[in-house]
Amino acid sequence: MTIALGKIKSFFYKTKYFWTKLLVTLLTLFIVAVLSFVLIKSLPGDVVHNYAVNLQNTLKVSYEEAYETATRLLNYDPEQNIAAAFVSYLGGLFRGNLGQSMYMDNVTANTIIRDYLPWTLLVSSVSLFFSFLIGTAMGVRMARNRNGATDTVCTGIITVTSSIPDYLLGVILLMFFGSVLGIFPTYGAYDLATKGDTWKFILSVLHHAALPIITYTISQIGGWALMAKGSAVSVLGDDYVNAAVMRGLPPRLIERKYLKRNAMLPLVTSLVISLAYLFGGSAVMESVFAYPGIGRAFTTYIGKRDYFVIQGLFLFLSFFIIIANLVADVLCGLLDPRIRER
Amino acid sequence: MKPLKAAGSFFADLWKSFRTFCSMIYSNKKAFAGAIILLVFVFLALFGRLIFPYDDTTSFADMYKQPSWEHWLGTDGMGRDLFDMIIYGTRDVMTIAFLTALITVSIGVIVGMVAGYAGGWTDKIIGMVTNVFMSLPTFPILLILSMFITIKDNFTLAVILSVFSWPGLARAVRSQIISLKERDFIQICKVMGVGRGHIVFSELMPNIMSFIAINFISSMKNAITASVGMMTLGLALFEPTNWGGIIVSARNSGAFAIPAAQLSIVAPVVTIMIFQIGAILFSNGLDEAFNPRLRKN
Repeated sequence: MTIALGKIKSFFYKTKYFWTKLLVTLLTLFIVAVLSFVLIKSLPGDVVHNYAVNLQNTLKVSYEEAYETATRLLNYDPEQNIAAAFVSYLGGLFRGNLGQSMYMDNVTANTIIRDYLPWTLLVSSVSLFFSFLIGTAMGVRMARNRNGATDTVCTGIITVTSSIPDYLLGVILLMFFGSVLGIFPTYGAYDLATKGDTWKFILSVLHHAALPIITYTISQIGGWALMAKGSAVSVLGDDYVNAAVMRGLPPRLIERKYLKRNAMLPLVTSLVISLAYLFGGSAVMESVFAYPGIGRAFTTYIGKRDYFVIQGLFLFLSFFIIIANLVADVLCGLLDPRIRER
Repeated sequence: MKPLKAAGSFFADLWKSFRTFCSMIYSNKKAFAGAIILLVFVFLALFGRLIFPYDDTTSFADMYKQPSWEHWLGTDGMGRDLFDMIIYGTRDVMTIAFLTALITVSIGVIVGMVAGYAGGWTDKIIGMVTNVFMSLPTFPILLILSMFITIKDNFTLAVILSVFSWPGLARAVRSQIISLKERDFIQICKVMGVGRGHIVFSELMPNIMSFIAINFISSMKNAITASVGMMTLGLALFEPTNWGGIIVSARNSGAFAIPAAQLSIVAPVVTIMIFQIGAILFSNGLDEAFNPRLRKN
């Protein structure tokens, strides 16, 4: 019995790192849920009443029935006390009801996410892929010939690309390649005329996504290169790399098999964080390119003051970012046992 | 008597570390170049308005003039001189950046030092709060906030930007303090019974001064990026001469399609870039100068 208890205790002690991270994540999620509830609570009380009257007219039912439907759809009943309202609000969220639009019957936060999320995913994942490949290759090359010509040139490029905020780079690129030269379209995700033809549609989608992808890629290369360089420099000083050099292995082989693989490991976790970061910042970038992604949908509905949709999208974006942070932390701990000890 | 003496030696130590700081900057090419750029911007913020007086009368006859001797960078959509506008706006931009950096660094250093020095439960609780702040989704929250409050003055903008940017610094300061705390000179101070104030201000502070300076500059850099982003989305009101404001109004008045108007987008963007390059060079150079591991290689 005591042995079993001891085992359980030592299990919890060894996995302490993960439990703290989980606790922090749950706390943050709770704070975010409270924030969005405060948003709804601060609305004037007649919002639900107006919506119920609206439903009464369109559905041709009694006011009581319409009111009940309204509270169910909007996930909120102003007549309940705060605690009960919050619990039923959370219940609605768990059932997957993120929020009904007050102005359009067939629009909910769920349908908005379904329609807009794929575009954000397309742009952010493709640009992340390219910037990671190019950036890490650059960083490892820089670490191998430190203080050489490559290092100087690359450092110069990185300094310039990271000096310009990504959306301002977007503004400049859009102006020259979109408006002045007319090579790339200046708004939207595809041409409506190409909707029937699959191949033309795919080409049009790529054509529209190209400029945002290029912008994201350029502005992120610097960060990856510096991270990869730092990581590779610390690997270069390790004994097994020195041993490989002394055994007379060709430098190409050392770079590929010894250096790159071990230097990449810590960067994997940063990939997850960057994806979350791209999601959080997508609002500015997508409004620059008038690209119909989730960030742009969020700002559009904020402009329309469609509160129940806003809180749904807010919860979704926050949930995504917070969970990505958790995944990154846990991955970090799994890959590098030293972090768990702290 | 003791606190007086401690205060005196604190200022003496500060002066000494400031002098070594200056010689360090002078010895590193990057840091020196960055410092020159930053000092030019500080100079423009303080005295630029006297040297290049800015005339805010608008006239549509002078709209989007090409660069000339009279207007070095041409004019904007309301006929105002673009060069003078950028110079005039420097003070506004610098104020936002400086205030944000000041608040961010103050919170970060105080929280980090308390957590690192006190240890135990204080450290655990502060660590938890820091972690929660770190995983908050900054941008969505800012957008939600913008529905309730309109940011009208620079101080409010600085406070809002700082609230989300201190956790990283606090964490870094904490780990620096923890590693310093175990070193001999602090242990000796403790054994000698030196007061806590002396240990914190005269022994620990000088050792993380360079670290604080680097973070101060990079918070200024981040503050400019974030404040312009907030202006682009219409979350913060801006002076018409603020660099971000110039870009936003040019975009809104359709400067993309008018070739003559493109300069009023490019010029402020380039100005921002020059400042950011200065900040990057300065902080990287300082890092190299103070971090022996980087210097050796």
